[in-house]
Amino acid sequence: MAKRVSLSGNEAVAFGMKQINPDVVAAFPITPSTEVPQYFSQFVANGEVDTEFVAVESEHSAMSACIGAAAAGGRVMTATASAGLALMWEMLYVGASMRLPMVLAVTNRALSGPINIHNDHSDTMGARDSGWIQLYSESAQEAYDNLIQAVKIGEHKDVQLPVMVCYDGFITSHAVENLEMLDDEDVKKFVGEKRIAPFALLGQDPVSMGPLDLPNHYFEHKRLQAEAMKNAKKVILEVAAEYEKLTGRKYGFFEEYKMEDAEVAIVVINSTAGTAKHVVDTLRAQGKKVGLIKIRVFRPFPAEELADALRNVKAVAVMDKADSFSAAGGPLFAEVRSAMYGRVDGKIVINYIYGLGGRDVTTAQIEKVYADLFNAIETGKYEVYNYLGVRE
Amino acid sequence: MAIVFERPKALLDVPTHYCPGCTHGIIHRLVAEVIDELGILDKTIGVAPVGCSVLAYDYFACDMYEAAHGRAPAVATGIKRAVPDSIVFTYQGDGDLAAIGTAEIVHAAARGEKITTIFVNNAIYGMTGGQMAPTTLPGQVTETSPYGRDVNTAGYPIRVSEMIATLDGAVYVERVSVDSVPNIIKAKKAIKKAFELQMQGKGFTMVEVLSICPTNWGLSPNEAIKWLRENMIPYYPLGVKKDITAGEVK
Repeated sequence: MAKRVSLSGNEAVAFGMKQINPDVVAAFPITPSTEVPQYFSQFVANGEVDTEFVAVESEHSAMSACIGAAAAGGRVMTATASAGLALMWEMLYVGASMRLPMVLAVTNRALSGPINIHNDHSDTMGARDSGWIQLYSESAQEAYDNLIQAVKIGEHKDVQLPVMVCYDGFITSHAVENLEMLDDEDVKKFVGEKRIAPFALLGQDPVSMGPLDLPNHYFEHKRLQAEAMKNAKKVILEVAAEYEKLTGRKYGFFEEYKMEDAEVAIVVINSTAGTAKHVVDTLRAQGKKVGLIKIRVFRPFPAEELADALRNVKAVAVMDKADSFSAAGGPLFAEVRSAMYGRVDGKIVINYIYGLGGRDVTTAQIEKVYADLFNAIETGKYEVYNYLGVRE
Repeated sequence: MAIVFERPKALLDVPTHYCPGCTHGIIHRLVAEVIDELGILDKTIGVAPVGCSVLAYDYFACDMYEAAHGRAPAVATGIKRAVPDSIVFTYQGDGDLAAIGTAEIVHAAARGEKITTIFVNNAIYGMTGGQMAPTTLPGQVTETSPYGRDVNTAGYPIRVSEMIATLDGAVYVERVSVDSVPNIIKAKKAIKKAFELQMQGKGFTMVEVLSICPTNWGLSPNEAIKWLRENMIPYYPLGVKKDITAGEVK
């Protein structure tokens, strides 16, 4: 039987890791993700898990050790944020292209500089092309649910890719929420007792892993990696369906909130979706046809499905909690608008960069975004690239 | 007729890419002989570096992982933790281990990871074409120190074995050389001991092997051996730097 508990996002993730009982966790502390390995190391110390815990000297070595353990066929997990993720950068690419399933919990935090410990999405958005699957979470419940599903998605024989489970630093990582946890036995059954690696060091066949890959084969390996990311789309939905049977909680590529007859919509990632849903309810009570799409799966990007979900709206605002400094809009905006192009043309698509470095986003600001969208439809006048809640 | 000499089973029958006169081949052979003698080929995992020995996975017959620059000890840590009954060694040059991978080697040793590192020190970056390394001697001419290493601007060489020996997690550290037959025999003994202590679960073991780079030193192999003896050994004294089993009755 599932049980109701009150936990912070970091606690929920650490307890999820305990239920998964990975073979190796190599980690280095960084705010606001520090608690995850810290809580987990207590489970290790108390003999509640069978995990080898390695307190390494940096995130670079954390990911290197995770890669070594995964190459040896282990089930591997770690956690980080911000500059820690940036220090892992080189190894992120190695892990993904070596097709090593691992689960990395990322508490989203602004990436320097100047140094800032609060939430935005500049860390994982920068890692969006590293080859990792990226799942985003609105709440502690979703972080927990995504973590358990991530093991199964990454280890699927058609995928074999590492997965980042992202949730907002402090907002989700440190706030205590009521959530539902699965029974230990159910988690064990869901993810399977051990990772089944198709190839591993000291596995069934002799292997050399990571050899020099020159122009005669490198491209084919990259092509296979891209195919695995495509395969992940199907697997993510299969795993979600199986998880729904177990929990009753439904997951897809994204959540559609009051989109059926919506004329305008906001597309957003992570905890801001909670604030935006409240605004949707308020405006709906006033008879305004507003809707919301919350992205759960950013890699692989559900381009077709997203375009389809936006088929009937007249105007869309994409909210980015990271700037890409492209002078043409944020990363989520670029992807959403590109997904719509040629599929659902003729819509107004605008971008808001908001909340950088943990700047709070209020219901009043989100109401203004919806008002801007209605105004754009009415007048045909609008700016594409906007900032929300910044002193100009 | 009795066979008195043959290729170790742990070494594959393939030509290597090493330059003529390079001592990597000797060191590969010593590691392979030790793996054979200990009968551990089927449970040994090697971790290759970036640098001249980047292709070591093509030469050793055990399972191999080719790690990113300097990362071999951290990757080896993960491997050993995931498969504790395996025998894990890293094979790294001085550019890989003593520069970009300094943090990894220090902390793997400090944690007492039960792995063995074969550290090949030839006082220069070989693969990239002979640039100054942290191990380059004062006054030594390289591509990036054309008038010799100036310690006022480039600082001093790192004596890695002495540094690692200060760490409690390191149980056995020895510096050897492959410049002569007696020294090659000593080198093999050291490598064997390092593997044996790993197998006994004692902790981190490392053998630093002074090696030559005729190509980038701009010397013939014979001259290079002489240069090693006259310049490297005085700066990098041979011998056991740490042995927690010293004095134990065999």
